[in-house]
Amino acid sequence: MNGSGDWVKEISKVLYIDLSKKTFWSERREDLFSKWLGGIGVAVQLYKEETPREADPLGAENAVVLAVGPLTAVFPMGSKVISVFKSPLTGTMAESHAGGRAPAAIRFAGLGAIVIKGASERPVYLVIDGEKVRFKDAGTLWGMRSAETVGRVLREAVPGAGLRTIMRIGRAGERLVRYANVIIETYRHFGRMGLGAVFGSKKLKAVVIIGRKSSKVPKIREYRQAYAEILEVAKGPATKKYHDLGTAANVLPLNKLGALPTRNFSSGRFEGAENISGEKLLESLSRRLSCVGCPVACIHLAAIREQYEDEKYFYKVENVPYDYELLYSLGSNLGVSDTVGMLKLIKVVEEEGLDAISAGVALAWATEALEKGIVTKEHTLVELKWGDWRSYAQALKYIVEQPNDFYKALAAGVKVAAAKYGGEDFAIEYNGLEPAGYHTGPLFHLSLAIGGRHSHLDAGAYGMDEGLASAKAKPPEPEEAVKTIAAEESWRQVLNSLAVCLFGRKVYGPSLVVKALRSLGYETSEKELEELGKKIYLERHLRKLEEGFRPEGVRVAKRVLETPTPLGNVSEEYIRRGIAAFEEMIERHRKLQAP
Amino acid sequence: MQAFKAQRLVVLDANKCVGCQLCMLGCSSRLGYAGPAKSHLLIRSAGGIERGFVVVVCRACEDPPCSRVCPTGALTNLPKGGVRLQSSKCIGCKNCVEACDIGAVLWDEELEKPLICIQCGYCVDFCPYGVLGVEAL
Repeated sequence: MNGSGDWVKEISKVLYIDLSKKTFWSERREDLFSKWLGGIGVAVQLYKEETPREADPLGAENAVVLAVGPLTAVFPMGSKVISVFKSPLTGTMAESHAGGRAPAAIRFAGLGAIVIKGASERPVYLVIDGEKVRFKDAGTLWGMRSAETVGRVLREAVPGAGLRTIMRIGRAGERLVRYANVIIETYRHFGRMGLGAVFGSKKLKAVVIIGRKSSKVPKIREYRQAYAEILEVAKGPATKKYHDLGTAANVLPLNKLGALPTRNFSSGRFEGAENISGEKLLESLSRRLSCVGCPVACIHLAAIREQYEDEKYFYKVENVPYDYELLYSLGSNLGVSDTVGMLKLIKVVEEEGLDAISAGVALAWATEALEKGIVTKEHTLVELKWGDWRSYAQALKYIVEQPNDFYKALAAGVKVAAAKYGGEDFAIEYNGLEPAGYHTGPLFHLSLAIGGRHSHLDAGAYGMDEGLASAKAKPPEPEEAVKTIAAEESWRQVLNSLAVCLFGRKVYGPSLVVKALRSLGYETSEKELEELGKKIYLERHLRKLEEGFRPEGVRVAKRVLETPTPLGNVSEEYIRRGIAAFEEMIERHRKLQAP
Repeated sequence: MQAFKAQRLVVLDANKCVGCQLCMLGCSSRLGYAGPAKSHLLIRSAGGIERGFVVVVCRACEDPPCSRVCPTGALTNLPKGGVRLQSSKCIGCKNCVEACDIGAVLWDEELEKPLICIQCGYCVDFCPYGVLGVEAL
């Protein structure tokens, strides 16, 4: 990026926190923010500077980087903060993105990024107010049964209402469940790849950040104009799905298509789909919420009103957030069709601080392992049966409490559990990460194998499959598919560096991105941004390779290949050829880039 | 002092507030800034976002307590309600902040001066859900 001057300076402050030494300092890193924009682009570089390649994901050496970008909290849907860390699930560099108030709080604390290194010997929480950091004793918060209570205590203990974020882990993170998440405010998360376990390994219970500052906009007229244009698009058809039913809108169409993973991916259709659909949940919809700076309000809460068994004139009303991925992982994939039962499972993962996707896939594997006699009730302690949400609620708690070796293994992810007990044919994971809920076709599964974070959001390849299915077209050759997936994943690196929400991907087309950046003083072009996206794409993959990731070693569970998708059965050969093409492509780019 | 309409900002329905703070960001942008901290109104949760939001706007009191406690005369009452800040007279004592029971006198941490709504209504158009409105005084 050339001539991006003042705004780069404005967002380039990096706050370093050392939990071992209980010290902090900040540095201007205009070098990074001018070259890599922000967000994922900068976070990867900071991670590379701080974390040794061979670092233990749960050791003090693993640095956690949180980064925002030039559009964060400055333009509508500029509502993401990117975390980069070494994942205890995959053993290599990973990322997880979150919204809520965290992006705005970090940005207007006057920071572009935060690096948290070292580990505390006793539980602490951090209060970041501008560039100042206070290390606070978290002895009282540690071990609290509900992460919601932790939030409530911190809300009262720390000032800055309306301008702050409260990130915390639940008991799952404290107990190093490899897929523990970090909860933000109450209903957003760094959900995937186990950042919660990394926090737990550092004895870091919570981080509160207060953003009291502001930035003078360089070209205010152009800014207001670009802002108005983006806001108009963001309120329109481009985000309608997320606005109306939310991501829960996916349930029925995916089920109709035969792509809704059901009972551990043994089917793409769920007879109980109606009950876990966005349409059904509308009956319980109690509140809508937005991240700071987003007009969409995609966060949907359902209210459960429940009578106390022993006091029939007492009721409690609880709000539970729902999104498509949870409806799949704790609904169809566990055969749960009881609407309230499924919402209660969501409530448990929220209280414990578990990644709902991984937890659901782990329980689905355990259910089948029990069914097939690979493990017994001695292992599972409860009778895990498809649809029996009460047993699943108990089992989720066991994953956190780990009362025996079986649950210790399950808490390390489905890959570890299957390696120990067997049943690998139906242990659904890619490089150790349990997948999101789209059995749409070969492009999706290939994208999970080769994606930078093995996430459905790396390239949104389920959408490519769906497009092919509705056009009754055949999938492209795997070599072609890799190009399409890589191109999409590369452009998303730009969005993740800005850092805007991927739900705004239809809002932030290349020309509008350029317009927004220009109003902030950046001189750039669509071409330059696309090139930057490719570079970041490559940086992410190269670092993973350096850390020992071997794409050809990625396993595709037999179950995935056996269960038909809307595009027919996925073949092992398709995935293998795709992976080979991916490796070749990375190698070619690496050589081109080498000095 | 610029001419202005005799109007005030009103909260039409706080239940529809989703906490996006686009009103706050809009208010800051009126002054040429990005970020919620220059905003003259505040959206905060009602004890956690699961309980919804509190929309804190200046009521344009007819007899405003904030101006009564100002030791330097930096706050002038307007004929039909509300006040105007003369920044050059303000010493940043925060008496006005203390005096406002609804917490509508906000604080500019960068300038150490109060942020008091001038009832211009600029924020209203930024709200996607019709939470805010203006009414004539």
